[in-house]
Amino acid sequence: MSKVVVVELGCANTASVLFALERLGAEAVLSSDTAEIAAAPKLVLPGVGAAGFAMSQMRELGLVDVLRNFERPLLGVCLGQQLLFEGSDEGDVECLGLIPGKVTKMIVPENYVVPHMGWNTLEPLKTDPLNDGVNAGDYAYFVHSFVCPVNDYTLTQSTYGAAFAAMVRKGNVWGCQFHPERSSATGAKILENFLKI
Amino acid sequence: MLARRIIPCLDVKDGKVVKGVQFVGHEVLGDAVDMALRYRDEGADELVLYDITASAEGRTVDYNWVRDIARALDIPFCVAGGIRSAEQAVKCLNSGADKVSINSPALERPDLINELAEMAGSQCVVVGVDSRELDGDYYVHQYSGDPDKIRAAGRRTLDWVVEAQNRGAGEIVLNCMNQDGVRKGYDLKQLRLVRDLIDIPLVASGGAGAVEHFSDVFDQCDVSGALAASVFHKKIIHIPDLKRDLQSAGIAVRI
Repeated sequence: MSKVVVVELGCANTASVLFALERLGAEAVLSSDTAEIAAAPKLVLPGVGAAGFAMSQMRELGLVDVLRNFERPLLGVCLGQQLLFEGSDEGDVECLGLIPGKVTKMIVPENYVVPHMGWNTLEPLKTDPLNDGVNAGDYAYFVHSFVCPVNDYTLTQSTYGAAFAAMVRKGNVWGCQFHPERSSATGAKILENFLKI
Repeated sequence: MLARRIIPCLDVKDGKVVKGVQFVGHEVLGDAVDMALRYRDEGADELVLYDITASAEGRTVDYNWVRDIARALDIPFCVAGGIRSAEQAVKCLNSGADKVSINSPALERPDLINELAEMAGSQCVVVGVDSRELDGDYYVHQYSGDPDKIRAAGRRTLDWVVEAQNRGAGEIVLNCMNQDGVRKGYDLKQLRLVRDLIDIPLVASGGAGAVEHFSDVFDQCDVSGALAASVFHKKIIHIPDLKRDLQSAGIAVRI
């Protein structure tokens, strides 16, 4: 059985991520402890809420360097993916800098509503162990108002007004802008892929 | 392409799903967890779980029940009923809910919307609005879970939805009470008026009785989602059939 530590920042919907990992047979543990997180075989960094608040929590818990130096597989989910980038316009905050690029406010045509909330289709750009079995047109559940840029590290993009990075990877660090824990069979497949990495 | 959401709403009382006509006279339809799973299997895009008595009784939702649903479900769900503080909302989110919907407590203390948005992010904050047409205008009602306590909130619906958005709501669920439970179609006129006033997702509620009611509300009101209860609970409309029909009508749905 695969063990995963889910980082608890006090601002995220950690329970649903934990439950999703448990449904896949993983041993999932919630933790804010620097030693436990540093020693984790795998990490999930979930997130709901504002980037500024999440980064200040991370600093307070002494986790910024722990996450920056983590060498085993790390998966950021939703805000957790945004925190992997260099910085975010949401609160003009410096983030972990594990993936190049800046998170910006979503720009959409006038008749579009924000947040981008609901099921949208995925467009895989690169093959990777994380999006193995994910096909163009598969739906995932998104809830966000800020977007990560499509660049060399984008595995899968999605489009709402403009294209944005739906899944990213650089080295041992992966991210999903959508909620795999809430994306039915497609999300379960992606989490299962992460557990197998 | 972003899909239009089909959202069964489970009005929950003491862990059972109930359904009333025009909010009055509740009938037990089944166990909440069982019904949530049934809808997941049928292809519901999201669920709303309203603890319909919590607000009127002055208590908050039972987090263990939220946790039971979260443990079983792999689609998003929103919890409503009696959430009075940002702390309670965060507890609810930490129990596995994706969003919380506030209705009567937001009317009592509108600052709750701001506090919640600041603490949890706007995307988790749904403001539910029970609206009734009176003399050619629309008015917000509160305590709609209890026929003895329901009353007009003294606010125009068209003012309140804009205020809710400005205070940080991430989505509005507009329940048109004149239509609720009678299956004659959504209140297209009211929903279009509200949709044109706000820039956040709007979910239509109240009145679904046939497939064309869904295609009408997506086509004519550009709502992000359509919520319904009795037509799904009583199996008048089967979600897979509904989605196939909507897809044939050119409406983006997740199949």
